[in-house]
Amino acid sequence: MSADKKGTSQNPAESSVRAQAANEPVVLEDDDFVEEEYKPGEADGGMFGAMPAKKAQHFWPSAKRLMGLLKPEAAGIYVVVGMVIVSVVLNVIAPKVLGQAMDVIFGGVVGKQLPSGVSKDQFVEGLRAQGQNNFADMVSRMELVPGTGIDFQKLTVLISAVLLMYFVANIFLWLQGYVLNRIVMKVIRQLRDDTEKKLNRLPLNYFDTRQRGDVLSRVTNDVDNVQQALQQAFAQLISSLLTVIGIVIMMFIVSWQLALIALIALPLSGAAAGVIGARSQKLFAAQWKNTGELNGQIEESFSGHDLVRVFGRDADMLERFEERNEALYKASFGAQFVSGIIFPVMQFVSYLSYVGIAVVGGLRVASGSMSLGDATAFIQYSREFTQPLGQMAGMANMLQSGVASAERVFEFLDADEQDAETATQHLPAKTDGHVEFQDVTFSYTPDKPLIENLSFTAEPGHTVAIVGPTGAGKTTLVNLVMRFYELNSGSITLDGVDVTQLSRAELRSKVGMVLQDAWLFGGTIYDNIRYGKLDATEDQVMAAAKATFVDRFVRALPDGYDTVIDEEGNNVSAGEKQLITIARAFVANPSLLILDEATSSVDTRTELLVQKAMAALRTDRTSFVIAHRLSTIRDADTILVMENGKIVEQGNHQTLLAAEGAYYRLYMSQFAGADAEETPVDDSTAVHS
Amino acid sequence: MLVTLIRRYSRPYLPYILAVIAFQLASTIAALYLPSLNAQIIDEGVSRGDTDFIWRTGAVMLLVAFLQVGTAIAGVYFGSKTAMAVGRDLRRGVFRKVTSFSAKDVNAFGAPTLITRGTNDVQQVQMLVLMGLNFMVSTPIMCIGGIIMALREDISLSWLVWVSVPILIVVVGYIVVRLMPLFRSMQTKIDRINEVLREQIIGIRVVRAFVREPYETERFGQANKELTDVSLKIGALFVLMFPAIGMILHLSTAAVLWFGGQRVDSGDMQVGSLTAFLQYLLQILIAVMMGTFMAMMIPRASVCADRIGEVLDVEPSIHDPERPVTPGQLEGVVEYRNVTFAYPGAEAPVLSNISFTARPGETVAIIGSTGAGKTSLLSLLPRLYDVADGEVLLDGVPVSQLDRAEITRRIALVPQRPYLFSGTIEHNLRFGKPEATDDELWDALHVAQGDGFVKEKKNGLASRIAQGGTNVSGGQRQRLCIARALVTRPKVYLFDDSFSALDVATDARLRAALKRTTSDATVIIVAQRISTITEADQILVLDNGRIVDRGTHEELLETSPTYQEIVESQLSVEEVA
Repeated sequence: MSADKKGTSQNPAESSVRAQAANEPVVLEDDDFVEEEYKPGEADGGMFGAMPAKKAQHFWPSAKRLMGLLKPEAAGIYVVVGMVIVSVVLNVIAPKVLGQAMDVIFGGVVGKQLPSGVSKDQFVEGLRAQGQNNFADMVSRMELVPGTGIDFQKLTVLISAVLLMYFVANIFLWLQGYVLNRIVMKVIRQLRDDTEKKLNRLPLNYFDTRQRGDVLSRVTNDVDNVQQALQQAFAQLISSLLTVIGIVIMMFIVSWQLALIALIALPLSGAAAGVIGARSQKLFAAQWKNTGELNGQIEESFSGHDLVRVFGRDADMLERFEERNEALYKASFGAQFVSGIIFPVMQFVSYLSYVGIAVVGGLRVASGSMSLGDATAFIQYSREFTQPLGQMAGMANMLQSGVASAERVFEFLDADEQDAETATQHLPAKTDGHVEFQDVTFSYTPDKPLIENLSFTAEPGHTVAIVGPTGAGKTTLVNLVMRFYELNSGSITLDGVDVTQLSRAELRSKVGMVLQDAWLFGGTIYDNIRYGKLDATEDQVMAAAKATFVDRFVRALPDGYDTVIDEEGNNVSAGEKQLITIARAFVANPSLLILDEATSSVDTRTELLVQKAMAALRTDRTSFVIAHRLSTIRDADTILVMENGKIVEQGNHQTLLAAEGAYYRLYMSQFAGADAEETPVDDSTAVHS
Repeated sequence: MLVTLIRRYSRPYLPYILAVIAFQLASTIAALYLPSLNAQIIDEGVSRGDTDFIWRTGAVMLLVAFLQVGTAIAGVYFGSKTAMAVGRDLRRGVFRKVTSFSAKDVNAFGAPTLITRGTNDVQQVQMLVLMGLNFMVSTPIMCIGGIIMALREDISLSWLVWVSVPILIVVVGYIVVRLMPLFRSMQTKIDRINEVLREQIIGIRVVRAFVREPYETERFGQANKELTDVSLKIGALFVLMFPAIGMILHLSTAAVLWFGGQRVDSGDMQVGSLTAFLQYLLQILIAVMMGTFMAMMIPRASVCADRIGEVLDVEPSIHDPERPVTPGQLEGVVEYRNVTFAYPGAEAPVLSNISFTARPGETVAIIGSTGAGKTSLLSLLPRLYDVADGEVLLDGVPVSQLDRAEITRRIALVPQRPYLFSGTIEHNLRFGKPEATDDELWDALHVAQGDGFVKEKKNGLASRIAQGGTNVSGGQRQRLCIARALVTRPKVYLFDDSFSALDVATDARLRAALKRTTSDATVIIVAQRISTITEADQILVLDNGRIVDRGTHEELLETSPTYQEIVESQLSVEEVA
């Protein structure tokens, strides 16, 4: 399932599965988990392959809260903003100074052509007298001394000044980036830690009622997304915004007429980007849908390759593939083309303002109302103007998806936590394992009562088998012992102490649990056994492994106890995994045991070992066993027969069979069912009872 | 590989690529012409006060700008078309190739990596082609064009180009080269963090039962710290990039003004040329910068291309026979003759010297512990693998000499891992026989004990099945897989441990119903439960790839120690027949 999907992350396909699975009723006690992953925004789309951003439901409150995360670092943020301001101001003033350098050069060129000996003013007067008013105006605005060339001393000063300004500006730009990155990473690290800790404080109920993949994506991909938004978008947003403001101010200072021309380009490029952007968003959505469908088919055809071959469906599959491949080609061509247009069109708009500035600026310089340096400075401004604008458009997208992700993370962080601990009592180091349920009532959802007024007692050292049809509440019952869920009413006591009076940690440390799905962590077999008791010595681990028959098969593995259990779990069989979980519980040496037996198909001889190992574990301990195997049930001291959340019968095998009640009926249907429909069977395989 | 692959797959689109180059060339020339026109405005318009000239040149500039956008868009059009078509063809190539694979070839790679290669890897290469055509083509054009134009303005300043461009490449290249391994490292750290969280969520009951929350928090904290460290390293380097680039551009600008100023002063150069030169230099530098960024994609796409190439280069290990033999009858007689089989690379054969015959109306059961070779034995019949030695015959003809269609019309397989395709229940049931009627589907469901739960579903046969069948329970999935095989009404049924997820009672009912339906077919069953196979006409006890014993249930109980051992183990487990 999920293992097959590793490496490919095709959201649309998965999200459709997810959306569909979400329509299924939530099953709280189910043997078959629907497990799948949902990964948003992990697309390798390159520059223009942006995923359609998920929309936040409450954008501004969430955005505000996201910014609020930065609050502890306010001092640092102020420093950053200060540095950005310095760097932007310098960056924005520098072209103007550079323009002055240009003026010095131009002035030198024009001045050289003028007769020496007269002052500039005299020369201008002379021009006006000749009626050359335009030229006179231009010269009057120029920095020149008639008869002399370029003033290299002044040019040196100006160029040095510009270089110094840029140097300082870039140093500050670099510093602020460095500091901001540290701040963001600190905040994100904290956010990650918070989400992980939250995971440990949420009631199990939270996980039962939600798609596992959804929770997973909130704590992983959404946090990643927030990090990206803060690291990239937020950092650039400050400087881009300030740069745009700074440039606009400078433009108006240099020439308000030209500034207006440049600003006309703004709505123009905005409209162009808006129209094309909206269109390409739609096309991208279509592209992703097609990609998802096609990749889904590729995944299926490859995973089910044997079936396709055996049933001779190659041609059919190929035909469907061709159709979808063609559809994807059309959709992606549309998306790439339309989004590819944005760049040239924006460029065109900037050329328009460039041409406008060149012409109007030229006219104004020629008429003397503006210096050439200012005009060149302006061209540089108009150029530097479009870049941060484009960046801001991109960042807006990123921020939007970042905020949407942040919202999902916040929702997760805000979820109701399990009841606070009110530990007032402690258990002795050695507990007897006397468990008593008194009038216990519990339900997952208020409208669906599950367990009602349930009472029973488990004597120390006894084995209590719980039997009943699926959905009767068997797993729920043992979960209540673990205090995975809180009771609605009634009480459960361990050695006479109400379990709510104990800390969860203390209670659970007394109980060992072997779950139905033999779930192991990615790590070595040794580490997985030691998980039951982190400070277990090697001897203890080995002893547990031997007692639970793990040792036998581990010795046959090339890496022995260092064999790494991977996600696919190819190296150990399901039965062997089960044995490891039993060893894990064994090494913990609990006084109370809960065993949820496995029913899956396990190699029969291994299964025998599992049974033996479980029996070894049960010795001298109070055990709750959700039993499927007749042998286990028969040997139990007490059998609880559950139906619809109630214990309908209680007793041992003989008495219950004799009573011919619910147990008898269950027994006949589940264990004798095979005989009922079968022709007479051989003696040796018939039921012994 | 990258080059070979792209060359091979882009060949049909050569005209498009030439069009891209032509349009990019035109648009680049137009873009380069603009500063030159601007220079003319300054030199001939502004300094002489010729407003007419300014207007006229402005109009030309506008025209050039239009030309530029037009050709650029045309370039993008052909670029996207080519890139997407190359991607489509690559995907098709991979898909066709894998379809022609035998099970052996698929297993040599593993399905998950094949999927990645067919989807993600192709996408990477496609994206590189797109970026290449849209941006990388214009970089050298811009460079060469810019240099030519710059030299036209003033040759003696050209050394500024030769100095600044390499500096930019070295600086950007250095940062990028340093960043790439860090990015890779960050990805593994992110994977690590996600893995820890994933484990915590899936194993939450285990974590809580053993009170391992603090331990998990510590484990996570460690992973988080590592991720943070790498991110900080990346950040420190990354924030250097833009200030460094900016500084290089500004230094170049200052140098042009300073050295250009001297040439202007000596009368060797006009002011307008100076500004034009400046703009050309900046255009060149920006083009180089873009090109360097784009080059970042190459290593990654190159890895992907290698992985795709590996798939495309495989010769399928099983071919359909060139001159297929058509069997004289359509009965479903199966015969294994001294069959030996080994997986590629494995030292010991999985199956050695297997011989047995199964005739229509007979049931042959295969039992043995995990790894005994049961599934391998089954997979030889539909020729998912080829035997190493011996022969597998179907209706008297070796399967290697049969046309694939002849095999598929005789055989239906229910795999060990019940796999369903996304779509509806009926779409899955018709998988082996698209023309089957609804009645046929219901009949099959009835036999497979699946009609009950399908009827209960709101949409019945039209109910959705998620990919892999993850939205129905394991038992239901198994029953649908059985029904799927039944619909095809084959001559030979292969059940590979197909009843494991069913409870004993359902299993019994299913087998009873199955017996009636398959009475004139050949049935080969791999099973774990003794109860499933007690009535088989012949039971093969497999151990270490060899048939150690054979006979009926009763016979084997008498004679076979291995069989007895298996029965023994199940008795104490279930004590049911």
